[in-house]
Amino acid sequence: MTSKFRGLLGLTTAAMLGVSALVTQADAATLRMAWAQDATGLDPHKQTAFSSLRLLELIYEPLVRLDADLKIVPGIAQSWEFSADGKELTFKLDPKAKFQNGDAVTSADVKASFERILDEQTGAANRANYLSIEGIEAPDAGTVVFKLKQPDAPILTAMTDTNSSIVPASEIAAGTIGTKAVGSGPFKLERWDPNSKEVLVANKDWAGGPTGVEGIEISVLPDESAILAAMRTGQVDFALLNDPLIATLVPNEAKLQLNRAPVLAYHVLQLNPARKPMNELAVRQAISCAVDRQAVLDTASLGEGKVTGPLTMPVYASDPDSLFCYKRDVEKAKKLMADAGFADGFTATVIAATGEPPTAASEAQVLQSQLAEIGVKLDIKMMELNVYVDTWLKGDFDMAVALNGGRPDPYTMYNRYWTKNGNLQQVSNFADDTLDTLLQQGRAETDPDKRKVIFADFEKQLAEKSPWVWLYTSYGYTAQQKNVQGFVPMPTGSLYSLGKVTLQQ
Amino acid sequence: MNYLIRRLAAFPLVLIGVSVVVFVAIRLVPGDSITAMLGTEAGLLTPQQRQSLATYFGIDQPWIVQYWRWFTGLFSGDLGISVTYGKPVLTVILERFPLTLELALLSMLIALAIGVPAGVYAATRNERPADLGVRIVAMIGQSTPSFVVGLILIYLLSVGFGVLPTMGAFTPLWQDPLQNLSQMILPAFTLGCAFAASVTRVSRSAMLDVLSDDYVRTARAKGVPERKVIWRHALPNALVPVVTLSGIEFGYLLGGAVIVEQIFALPGLGRMVLEAILQRDYALVQGAVLFIAFNFMIVNLLVDLAYAVLDPRIRLEGR
Repeated sequence: MTSKFRGLLGLTTAAMLGVSALVTQADAATLRMAWAQDATGLDPHKQTAFSSLRLLELIYEPLVRLDADLKIVPGIAQSWEFSADGKELTFKLDPKAKFQNGDAVTSADVKASFERILDEQTGAANRANYLSIEGIEAPDAGTVVFKLKQPDAPILTAMTDTNSSIVPASEIAAGTIGTKAVGSGPFKLERWDPNSKEVLVANKDWAGGPTGVEGIEISVLPDESAILAAMRTGQVDFALLNDPLIATLVPNEAKLQLNRAPVLAYHVLQLNPARKPMNELAVRQAISCAVDRQAVLDTASLGEGKVTGPLTMPVYASDPDSLFCYKRDVEKAKKLMADAGFADGFTATVIAATGEPPTAASEAQVLQSQLAEIGVKLDIKMMELNVYVDTWLKGDFDMAVALNGGRPDPYTMYNRYWTKNGNLQQVSNFADDTLDTLLQQGRAETDPDKRKVIFADFEKQLAEKSPWVWLYTSYGYTAQQKNVQGFVPMPTGSLYSLGKVTLQQ
Repeated sequence: MNYLIRRLAAFPLVLIGVSVVVFVAIRLVPGDSITAMLGTEAGLLTPQQRQSLATYFGIDQPWIVQYWRWFTGLFSGDLGISVTYGKPVLTVILERFPLTLELALLSMLIALAIGVPAGVYAATRNERPADLGVRIVAMIGQSTPSFVVGLILIYLLSVGFGVLPTMGAFTPLWQDPLQNLSQMILPAFTLGCAFAASVTRVSRSAMLDVLSDDYVRTARAKGVPERKVIWRHALPNALVPVVTLSGIEFGYLLGGAVIVEQIFALPGLGRMVLEAILQRDYALVQGAVLFIAFNFMIVNLLVDLAYAVLDPRIRLEGR
């Protein structure tokens, strides 16, 4: 029977192979893409999920965008200018910019888009960045003027965000934002089956010129090892990868290429200074000194990443070695603990989200073993992502392993946590005069060099006060067949350069 | 007939119970549609922003009001609107169901085609090396998780042979049967494998029982050929536990095979429910679970009816 059974197995396998050989290849001019996590919605002002942003940035365009060095470059706007007092920001729009319904992009659309973002009824994700806007004027169809209550340098960077995309005023009036995707970007959304696939076709009217491919077909393959398998067999040209364990396997395949880009998001151990004994500066500093950041990175993420201080954007980041206790010092940590009266240590609970990031559980475990050396006993509590988010937002934790999103501008990235009226004060639970002052100064200052000095001081102070223990930034991964040409990996994770990607035969 | 009516009459009661449990359970879990959509960015919302999003998601009313609104909708076949798909819940479910049904049928077919003959074979060679071999294989099959089988299959095919059925872009059966089959065979085989093992074990032991029955001895004594004794006389009776097992398994499979659908990127019911839970798409979770419960009850009923056909000694009407 065993031999018969084997025969049956062989037959089934043969049938599977035979049938799959009949499968025809997709049109060569279409880029076949895969990702594990699908977009969750189409409203560019509300969606903040990574995949949603990656999809929407191919369809919609903001006024300005960031290039691979995080410099601000034209988007829908051709040029822009701050007034001398920093309270007026004027944009000249690209006359070639057109929505996918054929209408030109005008100042009225820009005004309507920002008014939608500012309207509390919308629930727009980026609203908090625009509170300094006093009024929006549209003197002619190609000019928009933002009147500001106070000088606000980071506002320009905030405008590069997909969450600040320009949508047609007519679609806002019709109430169809979120159900119909009409942008001015390189691709049109032809079809979307949530959690299954997206079909994008090239937008012939795109102001950025012709696209390199006829379209993009995105498949949702929830398991990343299946994505790798599909790439091996040439079914998929381009893929987004999350898991460093899978990504590091890509270079083993001769036909495939792995793209790595350091990202702005940071892995961090958040301490809760509202809870004892983390309210003691010495205890927080002890924890910071007891953590071997490189070891966390090496163990949890196979060394795929870079140890970082609070600021992750290359323009502003300091050398991590210059920051407080970035060289592990267990003796100093023990002394700090003793000074604070915790020579025998204490017990605390650390929360982490299951699978988000994929390294969360291992990070928590490495931290657990490192902190055990100074007597801090960690209980790890893994939670489903949504439960974690809810707990995190309430600030209901002793410590939290987190992967927090980064922004190209330090003020936009951190005002939510470290200004006194930041929206996420209840999460950071740490109000500090120096940090608040430095952030306010950085916001008002428009001179890039002076801003660098201000934020370098801010970063040093933050590392020293140790409300959180910043660990590392990882890479954003994309994998591609080697015949895919012209993709530029971005620190924001943006896939915008797919607009110019070509497929070589 | 009475029996059938009594069984059917119990359906609404069970379904109401299920609906209440699901409704409450999914709302007891921390997090809501807003945190699911915005993640930690939800913390940046002003109270008024939050309120208007809650209205949009239909979660601004007290639970009891939400439930009543949803419950009364059921009578007009309205299961609500899925916020992720932007379509009526029933439409979304019915789009996914054919795949799940096909996967269930196909894997059952594979499991029974392997399991029953293997079980009978082992039973007729009781305690001999062949029997032992089958039992060991069955034990391994039963204890290997489907994600291991699935991933190994994918790995072997993609690395060893450099081919893989198209994943992601799923083709329905009626559009292109060959393409569809190429996409279904691996997942169906993965699911079938584990179940074939249980079928083998159950049919083996059932067969052993039956083979020692008097009527089998009588048949043998009358000189009926052994082949006929086994396949015609013994097997139908031995199938009763197999039918029970298959019915339960089939009912489960109609609820979707989450892991296998996940690995092979099949847009079936299981993955849909999982995603709906993760994204807190309340209407979709409620509708889908209700639908799955209904299917499960129908399958159970059919299994009970099948007993009577297989073994005339079983009477459903009671005394």
